[in-house]
Amino acid sequence: MTLTRLDCGFIPLVDCAALVVAREMGFAEEEGLDLVLHKEPTWSALRDKLALGVLDAAHMLAPVPVAMSMGLGGMAVPLDVLLVLSVNGNTVGVSRALSARMQEQGGARDFLDAATTGRALIDAAESRLRIGVPFPFSMHAELLYYWLQALGLEAPKDLDVRTVPPPRMADAVAAGEIDAFCVGEPWGSIAVEAGVADMVLPGCAIWRFAPEKVLTVRRAWSEEKPELAGALMRAVWRAARWLAVPDNLVIASELLSRPGYVDVSTDIVDRALTGRLEISPHGEERRVPQFLEFFECAANFPWRSQAAWIATRLSERMGMDRAESVAVARGCFRSDLYRSVLGPLGAETPAASEKLEGSLTERIAVGSSRGQMVLGPDFFFDHKVFDPAISN
Amino acid sequence: MATGLKIAVVERDRDRAIQIIDGLMEAGDHDITVIGEDSGLARKLAMLNPDVVLIDLENPDRDMLEELTLASSPMERPVAMFVDRTDDRATQAAIEAGVSAYVVDGLRKERIKPILDAAIARFHMISRMRVELAATKAALAERKTIDRAKGLLMKAKGLSEEQAYALLRKTAMDQGRKVADVAAALVTASDLLK
Repeated sequence: MTLTRLDCGFIPLVDCAALVVAREMGFAEEEGLDLVLHKEPTWSALRDKLALGVLDAAHMLAPVPVAMSMGLGGMAVPLDVLLVLSVNGNTVGVSRALSARMQEQGGARDFLDAATTGRALIDAAESRLRIGVPFPFSMHAELLYYWLQALGLEAPKDLDVRTVPPPRMADAVAAGEIDAFCVGEPWGSIAVEAGVADMVLPGCAIWRFAPEKVLTVRRAWSEEKPELAGALMRAVWRAARWLAVPDNLVIASELLSRPGYVDVSTDIVDRALTGRLEISPHGEERRVPQFLEFFECAANFPWRSQAAWIATRLSERMGMDRAESVAVARGCFRSDLYRSVLGPLGAETPAASEKLEGSLTERIAVGSSRGQMVLGPDFFFDHKVFDPAISN
Repeated sequence: MATGLKIAVVERDRDRAIQIIDGLMEAGDHDITVIGEDSGLARKLAMLNPDVVLIDLENPDRDMLEELTLASSPMERPVAMFVDRTDDRATQAAIEAGVSAYVVDGLRKERIKPILDAAIARFHMISRMRVELAATKAALAERKTIDRAKGLLMKAKGLSEEQAYALLRKTAMDQGRKVADVAAALVTASDLLK
């Protein structure tokens, strides 16, 4: 059988695992695809190459396709989110000096207590907080703004969120250019290993079920090549299902640690995959449930309410029309394609394409195409609920 | 003729920066500044307030420039990634050459085009030189390895240089491998046995 070549870009992060597994474990080949993975230097380069057709598909920060559909950053090429590649997986780290001051301010003993940790961070800051994120349009930035604004910090007056390339994050903390960061793995662990930062909070303590990376293609491409888009979705979804089997994580870690992919030791990759994080240079360990989720609780389903949440936050910050932003954002999360392509494979497909975001505090069974499916907790740390219908 | 534009080139490598400046000088009388240091990139750009920013598409610091496209950008004027929707090929050519350009909104296309064309030409030239350099380096490294392997064979088996090379070549042919690979294997093995 001749394979159809498909070029997909990725950024070397633990959360690109489903793409790596789709290629290396033969799920792509099974679908007749020669899935060629291209390591890209920056999110902007990855986005531009996708938009201009140099790449067919991309491992993308969930807010990027939303921002693009709103006309923010780069060119306004319509993109489709075929599925969610990963949920959660970020960490907040602070400089060791700031960490010590936070302890004096009564920092949280509970690693998952975002409210106490956030207040300690605000109190311990000696001037305007400078926090590094990988990209202006990222869940990292959204989580930070959501968290610290809910605790009373005003942006940009008291909060300076800056773009710092993740490989430079540890150095930027060491050089005193930033006080803290929010970044995906392995970069949080690497900063801890380097002895320059303490991890103070996992991203999921701010929003328990935040869509992190999404599989994105040009809308023109998915319309022109629906069978190819379908094959890619099936391969990646099967890879995500494979990643949900605990016994497979050893292999996944081995694959990801290779030089062509994330290129760090398996010991570091394991921390994100198993949710056992070392939070300080002394080796203190914390276990975080669903620290990085690839599959369970319908993680791959591109909820239109997730797109609406991102668009609402972006439009408020950028001073854009909210209803208009939400409308275009919804359209790029293709829950319709997900249902038609992956439903027949046995993927859990909820009856609705939107849900209240933040309303679940525990696992719950809901109506699905096959009767019942399980959704996981998705609450925000301040227990506010986002109703996508009200944003209309 | 309109006065020149203020152009910032973000490039750490001095030789490459000079290449790019040379190319841009040919495109007109512009005020060109090179920013080589990566820390404080946004601040430096804000101080400079250029009309056009050119950066290598593969530059690992490029994401820091994305802030320029935001309303709260450190530059006072809104900036857009240069995309000429009327001429997709121009954008495509820029991407292929590996150059990305950020341009202040409202700047006329005719004024940008010669600059981008010059940048594209230079970036192409630089990437050709880069490929050539890499190829030369690889060839040199291979030759060195083969020389070492020959030396090992000559010493261990009392062969002449010619005989040693013939043995390497025969082994490579028998195994369907490259001479350089066989030589590298031999060198590694002998290092291990030391």
